[in-house]
Amino acid sequence: MRKPDRLSAPCSTNPQDAGSSRRHFISQLAALSAGLSVVTPIAHGAGETTKTERAPDQSPDESSLVDITLRVNGTTRKLRVDPRVTLLDALRERLDLVGTKKGCDQGACGACTVLLDGTRVVSCLTLAVMAQGKEITTIEGLAQAEELHPVQAAFVKCDGFQCGYCTPGQIMSAVGCIREGHIKSDAEIREFMSGNICRCGAYPNIVDAIKLAAEGKGAI
Amino acid sequence: MKAFNYKLAGTTEEATSAGTQSAFIAGGTNLVDLMKIDVMDPKELVDINQLPMRGIALDNAGLRIGALERMAYVAERPEIVEHFPVISQALLKSASAQLRNMASIGGNLMQRTRCGYFRDVMMPCNKRVPGSGCPAFAGENRMHAILGVGDACCATHPSDLAVALVALDATINLQGPKGSRSVKLDDFYLLPKDTPDREHAIEPDELITEVTVPNASWYRRSAYLKIRDRESYEFALCSAAIALDLDGSKIRDARIAAGGVGTKPWRLPDVAEALIGKQVGQSTFERAVELAANDARPLSQNAFKVTLLKRTLVRALMQVGGGVA
Repeated sequence: MRKPDRLSAPCSTNPQDAGSSRRHFISQLAALSAGLSVVTPIAHGAGETTKTERAPDQSPDESSLVDITLRVNGTTRKLRVDPRVTLLDALRERLDLVGTKKGCDQGACGACTVLLDGTRVVSCLTLAVMAQGKEITTIEGLAQAEELHPVQAAFVKCDGFQCGYCTPGQIMSAVGCIREGHIKSDAEIREFMSGNICRCGAYPNIVDAIKLAAEGKGAI
Repeated sequence: MKAFNYKLAGTTEEATSAGTQSAFIAGGTNLVDLMKIDVMDPKELVDINQLPMRGIALDNAGLRIGALERMAYVAERPEIVEHFPVISQALLKSASAQLRNMASIGGNLMQRTRCGYFRDVMMPCNKRVPGSGCPAFAGENRMHAILGVGDACCATHPSDLAVALVALDATINLQGPKGSRSVKLDDFYLLPKDTPDREHAIEPDELITEVTVPNASWYRRSAYLKIRDRESYEFALCSAAIALDLDGSKIRDARIAAGGVGTKPWRLPDVAEALIGKQVGQSTFERAVELAANDARPLSQNAFKVTLLKRTLVRALMQVGGGVA
């Protein structure tokens, strides 16, 4: 993706940014690289996004913006977006649902896996405008109040992660995998989880966690 | 990504009248990826997911698959698993579970090559910018084709499904503003020759609406073998789609195609012909596959694919027919 011209500007020229949080800083960078920053949020998360400059050729024509309605974790969210915005960027940069991770951003690592109508997909290759009318479930939507989802609990119990960056994607993918019934053997679990890369190499424990969670399949 | 307008098509007529600057989108797994890296930059995206190109039907006339059905769904339908195992296996060995849930059958058949030069807009590429040159011939070409290589391009076709379908003599139905027509899938894929930018015998405003596969009961005896650098979630170094019609241990008929080695999904009718009337077995298969790479043009890094192709074919043939003898 083409880089904006003045990447450092919003962080170096605005004195109000001196006390920015790490998340706020990262959010600015991500919004710049995602070409999202000229869009004014009209829903939750408005205070989190900062207006910044961008290369002229990236400026979307106001008339090309689209009003969309997403159903995320049981809640209806309304947004005005450039059609280029992926579901991943809409979730992270506009709806503050940062549990869904951006890894490769090209459909190769699975870190951004979410469920659409209960089916696992990569949100980095899903355009937000095309996710309308579907029930979107992210990692934030799995737990019931303070009670972890069985797959989350199994990942904790089996130590199915090390650094944790791929974990939300692994867990969402595992939920899909169990629902699909692709859990008949370790080999089948590994094959059907191959779209989720773990650079720490927690694979054996991830397989264990999926088997453990699948034992109580009724709840998944 | 370049800016585009998004349009949801309500009817096929509406979709095919969108104009030549637009691109159809179903699953988007290939198109959105290529748009992000500026390899494709349509002015308009026409979302075809509401169109009625759905359903799977099997009768005496053949198998029909709606172009909008998703790979994961088609792969595990009982009629496909039972009657066309080569199709099911090719689908299940494609991409990842997430991508198979997203990607449509029509989109899979239209997917673009994985050649690194094609995907890098800083590099010349005759497929992307006709006449700009091809760095692969003198560069990184281990993954590239040995069959169907022209002077302008040596990129492989990436689809596994297409290999299974050309082996079984599938046809596809195309719908455009002027009406519908059907094309043999093998004819649909064009050799690069001097115009590698022209990959498919399709007009910009035409849609793939349906795939049709002839119904032969012996297609039940079929399989897809995929050889790759890692066990899962990787494109083929070489693959084989095989169907054998056996009378006892004698071969009545055969369908054979290879993937990962050709600039298009590569049918091997000469190998199939050489098997007819012979007894199944390792020596029969080894003799027949000698014909597979006769026209091969190996590149600096991929001469191993000549041997790999033959061994992949023999192993796949043994898998399908070896247990009979």
